[in-house]
Amino acid sequence: MIGERHWQRLALAFALAAALIWLFPYAWMLLTSLKTPQELVKAPTALPAALRFGAYAEVFRAIPVGRYLGLTTVMALSIAALQIAIALPAAYALAKLDFRLRGAAFAFLMSALLIPAELRFVPTFTLFSTLGLVNTLPALVLPFAVSAFGIFLLRQALLSVPDSLLEAARLDGASELHIVYRLLPPILAPSLAAFFLVSFVHHWNDYFWPLVMTVDDRVRTLPLGIALLREQGSGVRWHIVMAGNTLLSLPALALFGFAQKHLLRGLGSGVG
Amino acid sequence: MLVALGIFFVYPLCSALRTSFYEWDLLTPPRFVGFDNYRAIFSSGELLSSLGTTLLVSSVVVVGSLALGLALALAVHRPGWLAALARSAVFSAYVVSWVSVGLLFLWIFDADAGVVNRTLAALGLGPVKWLTSTRVAPLTVALIVIWKVTGYAMVVFLSGLSSLSPELQEAAALDGAGPFSRLRHVTLPLLRPTAAFVAITSLIASFQLFDVVRLLTQGGPVRSTTVLVYAIYEQLFRDLRVGRASALVVIFFLVLAALTWLKLRAFRAEEPA
Repeated sequence: MIGERHWQRLALAFALAAALIWLFPYAWMLLTSLKTPQELVKAPTALPAALRFGAYAEVFRAIPVGRYLGLTTVMALSIAALQIAIALPAAYALAKLDFRLRGAAFAFLMSALLIPAELRFVPTFTLFSTLGLVNTLPALVLPFAVSAFGIFLLRQALLSVPDSLLEAARLDGASELHIVYRLLPPILAPSLAAFFLVSFVHHWNDYFWPLVMTVDDRVRTLPLGIALLREQGSGVRWHIVMAGNTLLSLPALALFGFAQKHLLRGLGSGVG
Repeated sequence: MLVALGIFFVYPLCSALRTSFYEWDLLTPPRFVGFDNYRAIFSSGELLSSLGTTLLVSSVVVVGSLALGLALALAVHRPGWLAALARSAVFSAYVVSWVSVGLLFLWIFDADAGVVNRTLAALGLGPVKWLTSTRVAPLTVALIVIWKVTGYAMVVFLSGLSSLSPELQEAAALDGAGPFSRLRHVTLPLLRPTAAFVAITSLIASFQLFDVVRLLTQGGPVRSTTVLVYAIYEQLFRDLRVGRASALVVIFFLVLAALTWLKLRAFRAEEPA
């Protein structure tokens, strides 16, 4: 039988191995991005002789990093803002208002949760191409305006807000609009922050939707641009691809570092 | 709200259902063909093959991330910097984009200059055709997906572990149960509902795989990694067959609906605990 002490050691050894396996690819990416093409050809697995940032300069020459970055951020922010603006009143209605068909509306919402973007893109693409919206920012944002997951998350959080609070606000003459957009957000702040982060990161990282909805450089997002680095040019390019990849993954990793707790709450809430 | 949901969720589905009975290349007007699209999908074997690939990759991913996620959760469910580091490292992969992960492993598993094959060569082994052999490529894809999603499984198991009462462990320890038998007879049975939830969630997620396939293998070699969503994408953007793609969407929806029904059952089983 293994004793407590050994058990403890075994667990820590396993944790150490996991940390190494999960951190190694990032380290490899960073190291590769600091190499010169000559180093890559001669000894692809050796350490770089010096810190050279030439590959990063190549990335900025090959694609408009700044523009992609700006567009991606605007897109992800617009989606998250729209989703919250729509999810607040919807969640409020589902949690706090009595209306006929409320049960049916909730069941409907739950079933909408199971329709991923991968299922919606064929009809949405054909609809947008008839409307001439393909390859525009609205084509990237509008299909995600309503988040069933967001409505569900906020509705669950609203259930624990006491009705007496809302009654008091109504007696003070607050309109429903005031309640939804002024009174509730501070109370729901933890859930809102968690949902905002999950939504922002998800759409900032998204590859599928921008890929199928854009045809050229006009509204291309950063993940698409970085993926393109591999397809363009010829010869040894791994240092450039890895430099681009570092630029792409740093913001997500930084956000993760700052807001790990909120992200975990958003993701650990069961759905999604 | 209902109207909005209707526009964004119900309309696309109904429209996919309608389009699936037409032949349409986006350029000329659609032509009604009845069940021809479905017949073509079933008779060409492309549905069966991509469904089979999806099932293969999904089952490896589900089993792998479930076992690894549980083992990791048990190992890092303790104080100390090493456990905290491991928790953050494993979970960070879940936050990084699929594009990053795809490009990263494309380089690491590169047949010639990749670090894995170079290391194997230094040991006198290999080279392994990670992404260019029809037999290995689906497993490589599954391995990379496991690297990416195990953090989520670990986090759910960790929250499951925190909700177990410590008294139960102490009582078992007082009764003379060692760490291993405590794990086997107390902790694991109590985590069963959590495991069911993790399994079905990652099954649904791995049925929607696309990005990593598009980046790493483009469905190849010889369609060996053409998962369902990739098959739909090809029908629409390579072959311009909107009707056929829509028919695949309808079938895909039915599969997902069945899986989600399973998920709701797992969810309900978890609640009383």
